[in-house]
Amino acid sequence: MPKDLVFITVIGKDQKGIIARISNALFKHNINIEDLNQKIMDGYFVMTMLADMADSRASIGDIKKEFAEIEKQMDLNIQVQHENIFKAMHRV
Amino acid sequence: MEYSLEEVMETVRMTLYHNFDIRTVTLGINLKDCIDTDIESFKSNVYDKVTEYGKRLVSEAGKIEDKYAVPIINKRISVTPVSLIVESCKEDAPLEIAKTLDMAAHDANIDFIGGYGALVQKGMTRADSRLIDSLPEMLSSTEQVCAFLNVGSTVSGMNMDAIIKIGNILKDIASRTDNGIGCTKFAVFSNAPEDNPFMAGAFHGVGEPDFSLNIGISGPGVVRSVVEKNRDCDLTGLSEVIKRTAFKITRAGELIGRELASNMEVPFGIVDISLASTNKVGDSVAGIVEMMGIEHIGAPGSTAALALLIDAVKKGGAMASGNVGGLSGTFIPVSEDSGMNEGVRSGALSIEKLEALTAVCSVGLDMIAIPGDTPAETISAIIADELSIGVVNGKTTGVRLIPVPGKVAGDYVNFGGLLGETYVMNVSSFSSRDFILRGGRMPAPITSMKN
Repeated sequence: MPKDLVFITVIGKDQKGIIARISNALFKHNINIEDLNQKIMDGYFVMTMLADMADSRASIGDIKKEFAEIEKQMDLNIQVQHENIFKAMHRV
Repeated sequence: MEYSLEEVMETVRMTLYHNFDIRTVTLGINLKDCIDTDIESFKSNVYDKVTEYGKRLVSEAGKIEDKYAVPIINKRISVTPVSLIVESCKEDAPLEIAKTLDMAAHDANIDFIGGYGALVQKGMTRADSRLIDSLPEMLSSTEQVCAFLNVGSTVSGMNMDAIIKIGNILKDIASRTDNGIGCTKFAVFSNAPEDNPFMAGAFHGVGEPDFSLNIGISGPGVVRSVVEKNRDCDLTGLSEVIKRTAFKITRAGELIGRELASNMEVPFGIVDISLASTNKVGDSVAGIVEMMGIEHIGAPGSTAALALLIDAVKKGGAMASGNVGGLSGTFIPVSEDSGMNEGVRSGALSIEKLEALTAVCSVGLDMIAIPGDTPAETISAIIADELSIGVVNGKTTGVRLIPVPGKVAGDYVNFGGLLGETYVMNVSSFSSRDFILRGGRMPAPITSMKN
């Protein structure tokens, strides 16, 4: 089955439980985490996660709704974007 | 991971912090197959087609916004020039069709619908004249319908009789609407493209298929941020970094346009790579020029700076997509760009300098408020000046002027929302009346001997 990859980018203050809460939300929707990267950039905690939605019934819109609560509670900025846009911009 | 963290963050930053967005997705719809000599059937054909596709456009655009987290600011429709489809109808048909388009746009939740216009660069048919005469009533009695006229082209010259009419019509539109706001929905062109997705001038040209999905990307904020990061490089280097950025945003635009067209099962048309500003902080074309080292837009050097900017954008865009089209120039609308407006307020920017800027880089004199008592012949003369730049140089130029009733140079006027706010610009008080009133057709220019 072809993969349906999305990038989840989290920007904010480093704190306990960020990855746990995001992984939990993804697990709930049967989304597999393929890769994970984190770093402090310009003083902010930045994490990017590559996830495969091929086995999930959820849409990107559903995932965003799920993350909205986490964003509010943990004061984070979470972006979910399909991989295609990164391919278009950064790969010729 | 296949992408570095820096690459991922570059894209994320563009949308999150630098206002990268799809300024418009505009579905061109052919209305020739809706024509009927019975006006009621005609209207119902138009209404059904526009609402069906309009609703699909809004719904599919929403899904794509979610998928890529790139906001799509406007969902619009452009239609076959209305003057062409009402040729065989009775006198009030243009207005009837305009009201139908307005209702359809409203019911489908479309932001604007364009195409109420005519191509009269060489002469006017009876239907063209009727449509032009109906513009004041149309623009003051509908909400979402935009109007255009093409009155000049490099191969036909310039229809000065039409330009005389427009001077009077703009004053009439202004007098019927608050702050002359009706004029913001009316653009006059030379060499108007048939696939332009931007309002007010969008229409679905006669050379187009039944449908065509055109997309306008926008990234002044993104370009400004790369210029800011490269404060010390020379202009060759600066052109290079702008080019790379334009490449990336055009690729994103093309991806989104193609996918939206495919989901709607309509042909993909073009990506318009124009830099289109908004009044959001940092999202200003003037801001890019100022970041390049010009104190205020309008100061000496502005024309060269804008020429470099748009050339780099075009080079990057052309490499990124084989479907670049529409206007694809830099927009320098005064009221819609806070930096341009500041240029007017500070005295750095005049209409004459704006005209010079349009000769090398941009699409025209856009969203400029002028004193309400400007004579109609002077308005016609400003239009003739600007359009002749397009006619002679084989490029598109357009004019969107708002003679604001009761206001004089320096007064402040607020049009609201994306249309922005501005200071009324000074217009030369010297007369052009006798020249303009000669009328006739300005012959097409010779296209050799390019100096």
